[in-house]
Amino acid sequence: MANFYIDNPDIAKTIDALDLGEVATLLEQDFKFAKEYDMAPTSAEDAIDNYKRALDVCGDVVGNRIAPTAEETDRVGNILNEDGTVTYTPGIKLAIELLGRSRLSGCTIPYYLGGLNMPCTILTACNEIVSRADAALMNIFGLQGIAETINAFASEEIKKEYVPKLCDGTYTGAMVLTEPDAGSDLQSVKTSAYQDENGNWFVNGVKRFITNGCGDVLLVLARTEPGTTNGAGLSCLLVERCPQVKIRRLEHKLGINGSPTCEMVFNNAPAKLVGQRKRGLITYVMALMNGARVGISAQGTGIGEAAYRAARDYAAARKQFGVTIDTFPALRELMCDMSVDVQAARLLAYYGSKSVDLENGLTRKFESLKGTPEAMEVRKRMKVYAGFNKMLTPMAKYYASEMSTRVSNGAVAVLGGSGYMKDYPVERYLRDARITSIYEGTSQLQVVAAIAGVTAGLYNDVVADVYNGIDTSAFEAEKAEIAKLAAEVDSAVAYVKAHPEGKAYHDLHARQLVDGAIAAIVGALFVRFAAKFEEKKPALAYWLATKFPTAYAELAKAKSGYMASVTDFEKIAPAVVQED
Amino acid sequence: MTTTKGRPGGYNSVVCIKQVPDTKKVTGQAMKADGTINRAALPAIFNPEDRNALEAALKVKEECGGTVTVVTMGLPKACDILRTALMCGADKAYLLTDRAAAGSDTLATSYILSQAVRSLKPDLVFCGRQAIDGDTAQVGPQIAEKLDFAAITYLEGIEMDGDYAIATRDIGTGVERDRVKLPALFTVTDRFGELRPMDVRRVMKYKRAKAPVENGGVAPEGDLAIGQLSCADVGCEPERCGFAGSPTNVNKIVSVVLAGGEFKEVAPTDEGVAGLVSELMADHTIG
Repeated sequence: MANFYIDNPDIAKTIDALDLGEVATLLEQDFKFAKEYDMAPTSAEDAIDNYKRALDVCGDVVGNRIAPTAEETDRVGNILNEDGTVTYTPGIKLAIELLGRSRLSGCTIPYYLGGLNMPCTILTACNEIVSRADAALMNIFGLQGIAETINAFASEEIKKEYVPKLCDGTYTGAMVLTEPDAGSDLQSVKTSAYQDENGNWFVNGVKRFITNGCGDVLLVLARTEPGTTNGAGLSCLLVERCPQVKIRRLEHKLGINGSPTCEMVFNNAPAKLVGQRKRGLITYVMALMNGARVGISAQGTGIGEAAYRAARDYAAARKQFGVTIDTFPALRELMCDMSVDVQAARLLAYYGSKSVDLENGLTRKFESLKGTPEAMEVRKRMKVYAGFNKMLTPMAKYYASEMSTRVSNGAVAVLGGSGYMKDYPVERYLRDARITSIYEGTSQLQVVAAIAGVTAGLYNDVVADVYNGIDTSAFEAEKAEIAKLAAEVDSAVAYVKAHPEGKAYHDLHARQLVDGAIAAIVGALFVRFAAKFEEKKPALAYWLATKFPTAYAELAKAKSGYMASVTDFEKIAPAVVQED
Repeated sequence: MTTTKGRPGGYNSVVCIKQVPDTKKVTGQAMKADGTINRAALPAIFNPEDRNALEAALKVKEECGGTVTVVTMGLPKACDILRTALMCGADKAYLLTDRAAAGSDTLATSYILSQAVRSLKPDLVFCGRQAIDGDTAQVGPQIAEKLDFAAITYLEGIEMDGDYAIATRDIGTGVERDRVKLPALFTVTDRFGELRPMDVRRVMKYKRAKAPVENGGVAPEGDLAIGQLSCADVGCEPERCGFAGSPTNVNKIVSVVLAGGEFKEVAPTDEGVAGLVSELMADHTIG
């Protein structure tokens, strides 16, 4: 038992290194809320102190109360009752209650709706802490996007009815999008909604793979414009749990067993329209999905942290050939890799979250300044971060999710035979990790989302932004190495763009380009961290020495012109022979 | 399912809490040469079973309404646990701090606390079963005696029924259910259930709560003020406080540090574990 925030100082230091001063000032709108709410901070320093106190509460509740339930939650899973309701595992039920009592379930929600008005960066840190204990729980706790979406787009009446109860844990939510024939392609959603003569909405249809579909507040993507077949005919409707909504199946999964994945039927379920008709997919779900991806980057980081710790502890105690196994160079290298990869994911996830906070904060500020000379300057910066986020959110999700599978796989390797057994938690980490690079958009789709920013050379602007506001003059050699790698990404981008095979070659090598840009950005983030905390220097040096050569090798593939995997596909990967 | 019936206006509870050295972190430096506790060597924490006592009071308030007031006797530093209690949901906190209280044994401590509790006119008083520094378990029942309240020890559950409480207490071999007329005092064990987490909104607010002694002698405004009391404020007779009021005479304290000796490795197999269990049963550690 331990406080998962206090026993992992890297979280507080990452937050310090990124400096949330401007984020706090924007969120608190120059600290005007202090006059209205006795809890609101009066300065950036005061706000950041609150953020750390919130994480302390989170670390305590999660580490001391929830983490001990994770093994049982994974083993017993949730129960589907005959009446179409779901009973949570005792651990999940307790966790929802405790996190609600602490109000961490309303982390980013404004004060007047019962939330903490904290940045996305702090929610990311909470999500990491929760995921370290139980990745499955994060899928419920992390659904704060439901409250955020209602807060951003619904009427004041709907907000006041539902958001406070989502903040205090009375309600949980679900985003109800996927259908049997509409997964990544949500435009083809068939679930429909109609209005009766009194203007009341009702929803009909079947949804599948719905995380926490048994929740109290369901945001349902449904077709409100009969006859349409595209995204423009879809709206977002709020359905409260009621007898007209039945769960008919809970999926049996490889991992995240505490998270109920529901197949559900809506049979004339009463609903309320959220925001405007036809904006459901195009505006609201897109915003919701972005937030969810940031959440998964935190989830991956948390699983990686848990796996690293389990491996490092085990290796320090396990003796073979008369010595502890952490003395063997091969295992040392493996654990150095695991440790630095977790730190890299944390840097990328938190920095990406900070950029989301800046975009949101600057957008609000721009709206309040409209018409003044200052407004254009604010708008310019807002656009910069909006551009960053389009690239950074998928990068962070992609990197952290792949990392969590790699690192938990490494943990199983360190524990050897014991790691394969249910007696230790590392096999659970590996099973839980595997979903993170699938849901909320597969890794391949994250690469597709990030590549436009990469081919536009945006990573160079990001690297410059990372160095901004901190003295990095002691790191000129490291910065030169990062600039050299960035230049190589530039060169590979130019090669790919000019390739005569055009889109096919571009799509084939997008991953190498994204990986190269991530290596450069993380390098810069390590420089920033080391400039603030000297103890990070060895991790920075390790990143440059061990990850850059791989990045160069991958970029060389992108510049090789080789594309047989597309052109000779049938010969290299022959079709599976079917027995007659 | 609770069967609590409550009554109009709910119940006013007082919880007596104590800041103690974290005896789980005891090292060789935990005792000074003179046999007293070296408080500087140990972190100061909220006495564990006092947290359960606070939870009991917060539960009654949640189910039936009323107020929760926490009181501690100690140095100004003890305001840390008063702030924690406010962050968890207590309505009001009092620090009883007075040089005249220094050196109080359980008799003097319970006298001073009983005077403070009396001035607050509670329906229910909750104390932790015992503090982990002295382990006497005497203060709670002694307070009840002085107030002429019924004392229910080893509380692990409580329901309210009008002017009565229905208490479930641990009697070692099972539980006993007592119906007790209010006012009454309860000493609470860790079986009651853990203290609820701090509400972060209250954390943001009550981190600013201070007693006058921490704030240049001035009380902060409104409910951020931690009440500060002296022995005289609660009407104590000086000869019953501190050293003067403490008949306990500590003759000698021996610092016993259990040093680690040889250890035995147990194979992580069924046979290994079975061997360990039979060994522990043989020397009556278990079974």
